[in-house]
Parts: sequence; C-alpha cells; structure tokens
Amino acid sequence: MSARDEVLGRIRAANSAAGHPLARPVPREYARTGTHAPGSAAVLELLRDRLVDYRATVVDAAGDVPAAIAVALAGVDGPALVPAGLPDGWVPGGVADTGFSPAELDGFAAVVTGAAAACAVTGTIALDAGPDQGRRALTLVPDVHVCVVRADQVVETVPELLARLDPVRPTTFVSGPSATSDIELHRVEGVHGPRTLIVVLDAP
Amino acid sequence: MGHLRGEQSFPDAARGALADSQLRRNLGHATTTIRGKRAAVVAECDDWEELRLAGEALKSSTMARLDQHLVELEERVTARGGVVHWARDAHEANAIVTRLVRETGETEVVKVKSMATQEIGLNDALAEAGITAQETDLAELIVQLGGDLGSHILVPAIHRNRAEIREIFLREMPGVDPELTAEPRRLAEAARLYLRERFLRAKVAISGANFGVAESGTLLVVESEGNGRMCLTLPETLITVMGIEKVVPTWQDLEVFLQLLPRSSTGERMNPYTSAWTGVTPGDGPQAFHLVLLDNGRTATLADEVGRAALHCIKCSACLNVCPVYERAGGHAYGSVYPGPIGAVLSPQLTGVEDNASLPYASSLCGACFDACPVRIDIPSLLVRLRAQHVDANRGGVPSPEAAAMAAASWVMADHRRFAAAETASRLGRLLGRSTGRIGSLPPPLDAWTGSRDLPRPPAESFRQWWARERGQGRARERGQS
Repeated sequence: MSARDEVLGRIRAANSAAGHPLARPVPREYARTGTHAPGSAAVLELLRDRLVDYRATVVDAAGDVPAAIAVALAGVDGPALVPAGLPDGWVPGGVADTGFSPAELDGFAAVVTGAAAACAVTGTIALDAGPDQGRRALTLVPDVHVCVVRADQVVETVPELLARLDPVRPTTFVSGPSATSDIELHRVEGVHGPRTLIVVLDAP
Repeated sequence: MGHLRGEQSFPDAARGALADSQLRRNLGHATTTIRGKRAAVVAECDDWEELRLAGEALKSSTMARLDQHLVELEERVTARGGVVHWARDAHEANAIVTRLVRETGETEVVKVKSMATQEIGLNDALAEAGITAQETDLAELIVQLGGDLGSHILVPAIHRNRAEIREIFLREMPGVDPELTAEPRRLAEAARLYLRERFLRAKVAISGANFGVAESGTLLVVESEGNGRMCLTLPETLITVMGIEKVVPTWQDLEVFLQLLPRSSTGERMNPYTSAWTGVTPGDGPQAFHLVLLDNGRTATLADEVGRAALHCIKCSACLNVCPVYERAGGHAYGSVYPGPIGAVLSPQLTGVEDNASLPYASSLCGACFDACPVRIDIPSLLVRLRAQHVDANRGGVPSPEAAAMAAASWVMADHRRFAAAETASRLGRLLGRSTGRIGSLPPPLDAWTGSRDLPRPPAESFRQWWARERGQGRARERGQS
C-alpha cells in the first residue's frame, strides 16, 4: 500500500476509533471588523503608533510621495532598487528589477515598493508581489526597505487584512524590521531581513 | 520515531538540571520576561477568549475531517506545480528528503527552524548521506554550533546566556571577529555575517510549516529574523516537511491563528515576518517545491477520543513559559524535542506511553498551562489520563514503592482512629527537624520522598487536636454557657 493510502486509511480508522467526531460549528464571536473605517484618521494613527513601537520609521507623504521617498532615502548611499511596476517618477534614478541574482540584489542598499494592504492593530504590512512590489526577494536582501502605504489600504483588524488578500499570490507579512529575541529574550532589531523599515504614509 | 524520547527518565534528567544554578538563573529570567510580555499583549485583546474558543473549535473540526482536508491540500498544491509526498514515519520522511536533495546534486542545504524536522532527526539523517544542513534561526544556530540540544520549542537556546553564546561563537564560528562582545546586538550581527553568504549561494532549502491551507494549497511560515524568508525565497528548490495536523481548512481560518500564535509565543502583536506561498510562482521564489506530509505517530494520537486534543497544538510554547516544573527543570530533562507541559502530553502519545512513561508525571497539574494555551488544550486532564493509562498497563506484579505508600495512606486515612494514631506518631518527626524546621532525609523507603525535596517539620499540634481544643465538644459547651 502506498504511504498516502496508508496514512489516509489510518486517519479514517482513528476517527472511527474516536467515535466519528463531528465537525462542530466554529463560534466566530471575536472581532471580525474594527470600530473604525479603513483609511480613517483613527486607523492611520493606530498604524503609526504600532509601526513606531516596532522601531519602524514613519514618514507622512502630505500629498507628495516622491518628496517623502526622497526624505526616506536621504541617508542611503547609491541607487535604490525598484520593482518594474512602481509608479513613474517616485524614485528618480531608481534601478528597476530585471531578475537580479541574490548576490546582485545584495549590491543594493535600499529598495522602494508599494504595498497590498496593512493592518493597524498589529502594525502589519502585506506585500503580495503586485507590480509595484515585485518578487519577494526584492524586499528581503537590501538593508533599507521604503514601503509606500496608501490610506485606503489600511484596515484595522487581522480578519479585514486577510480578507483583502488572494491566498495564491506569494505573500509576505511584514511587522517592523527584522528582529530576534533569541538571546536572553532581549529584542534586537536587524538580523537577516532589512534592518531599517521606513513606511511612507500616503494620506490625502 | 526520531527525537521523541531521551535516554534518561524525567526524574533522573531533572535531578541534574536542578543542580545547575546557571541554567536555573537563565531559565528563570527568560520565562519571567516572556510571561510579562505575553500578558501585556493578550490583555490588549478584548476578544481573547472568543479567539481561543474559535481556535479550539477550528482544530477539533479540522481533525474530524482530516483526511478530506489533506486530500484537498494535496490537490491544490499539485495544481500549482508542487509535488506532494506522504511519510508514515520518521525514517520514511528522512529517506524522501534525502532523495530529493540528492536529486538536485547539492550537498549543502539551508534550514528554517522546524519542530517537525527536529522530531524526525532530519539533520542527522542528511549528515549520514553526506549532506550538510545549516540551521539559520539564531537560536538553532547557537544550538548547532554548541553541539547542544534545543531546550524550548520557540527559543531553543533559552538555557544559554549571552556570555555562553559569545563563547560558542568565538570557538565555533570561522572568521568571527575576536573582539566580539557579549552584547546581543553584536552577537546577532555576527550571525548575520556568518549566514549571509550561505543564504546568497544556497540552492536548496528545507522548512517546516506553521499552517497549510486546504482550500488554496497555501503554506505559511511564521518567523522573526528573515532567515525564513531567505530560505523560502532565494534557493531554487524548497522542501517543506509538515505534520498532517497543521492543515487548516480555509484562508479565513488564519485570521484566528495569526492572532493567537504571535501573542502567545513571543508576546508580540504580530511576528516580524510571515511568508505564504502556493506551489510554484513563475519568476518568484523556488521553481521546484516539495511538500512532505508527516504522520509519525499522529494518527495513533488521533485514535484516542480525548488525547487527540494534543494534536491541536500550534507550537506557540506559552505553556512552557508558565510551567513551574519547566521553569526549574529546563527543557532537556524532558528528553524529547517537545519539552514542557505540551511535550509531556505529546511525546508519550506520539511514541506510545510506555516509551515515555515518566513524562506524564513531569507536572504539578497546577493548570497554568491550560489557561495559557491559545487553543484551550486541557493539558492537566490529558496528563492525568496518560498517568492512568500507564498505571493500568502496569497492574499486576510487585507494586511500586509509590503505589505501596499510597495504598498504606489510603488504609490509614479511611478510619479516623487509625488516622489519629498516625498523627500522634508523626509528631516524632519534630525530633528530626529540630534545628532547621525541615527534614532533609528519611530512612528507606521514605527517602524516595526526601531524596528530591525537604519535608516540613510536623507541627507541634495536629489540626484535629487544634479543632478538639478550640471548636470541639468541650469548647462548644463552654461557649454555649457564656
């Protein structure tokens, strides 16, 4: 018998030995939506607070995204990497990804991307490899990640965040910069992923 | 079976750990820190109990239809260009992974921290086949370089302090800066430098999975450092070993677990990074993806009507951090890759209780683990059940000293005259504990008790004597007259 058939057979026998347990209904009384509308001032304020708590930096675009990106990149030496679908004019001098190898990606100090959605309560930004975000490796190897989040992409809760995403897209959830707590549970920001996360908040 | 049982019983292993004051200091500091962080972020959620109830119901529903969910997961992963393999046990899983790595022609792999691959002893199996497996999680790296074993599900190097980690790095990490200090930031930096070029050149990665979504075929890895993202994204081939209990029916179900898991495990609102992928995506990430679905005792656990709840565990490790036994004995004493309260339940169930007979007793049954468990696994009740199974399996033959003592105690306590006589006799114990107020050792067979703990000196007066004096018939009559 194949391992597949044997394991599936064992599961059926086990469930029968345990008295054919029923799949009981799942109580979903937990908060599925927030108390504030997506993109509202309260939700943006909460996101800002959570991001700062995670040692991310927040730059308000105040209607001018390219200027805010320039502020975010001020300390970066050399050109920034950008996904091919990033809006024109956001990063003058940015180098579009043409399928660089991991070692070539390591040559860039910074990357600038958009985002798919964000959750305020947890300070989480979701990237789903859309044209303005590019493949997953882009936001991983360079040490500075500048991420532009539009106000209308910000929801309050985790359920609202997941509902906005398509599960079959390769997705990365980012909450602050890379961090570890493995040494005496002392939190250290910056291990293998980008050590600096700068979020440009684009609110009208 | 892999790494699910130790060479010593829990009491023997714990005795050594209890004598290690450095270990107890490190553990005490770590568990206290994480308990505080967890309590603070859990208190932020007004709907925490509702989330726990949903998590519990989701898990038991999933187990009730586990075969269907796994078949659906397999279908979806295959439809998206992945290859699904099934493994009955540790040996079979190791053989599959070894063959898959060999087929790539590589002899080095990078690994994401994974309990399933630890459970099956994958690194040893790969080493026998001439394949080097590089752990990339900082704690796993510390354990690997130290030639050590993990002692905690989430932070395997929790038993080491910064000075010990510095020593290990200086001794084992080629090219490390000799000026390295014990500052956590510097130690993390050293790990970054050591692993960076390995990530950039890796062709094959091996991971576990925190969740596998049946309806979409999506796998998820929850992590903090970015080492997971490196392994899941940069290599050409990805091999994921997932316990069959990790499947969740729908993408929506993740809204429960992605809230429960980070707050329970690291005490964060959300862990820094979570990666989700479905099969193969052209132009993004590994172009060859293999999923190995692992049984290794899980279906045997599922067969127990009550004990199957141990499979609900999402490996957050909250129960370890609140357990008074774990905090003192440490993770190595459990002898399994799954230490702490959940390990004391899960390991004997995966191996069969007679193979891990001392673990169900490694608990004070105080119940803190149940309160901390995000999916409401009733660990104390499961431990009592396993103890009963162990006792039942050992009926007949010569009773153990403990069983004899309990039988004697029950005979004495069943009759009030015998009990009163025993109390009077126990006052002799006052002679033994005169100077310290404690009795440090008793003659055999009573030394089975005093060998691991002091006995308080019996009081000058028993409760029954006090009651007779203060509230007894004579006293009551006096009161009635006054």
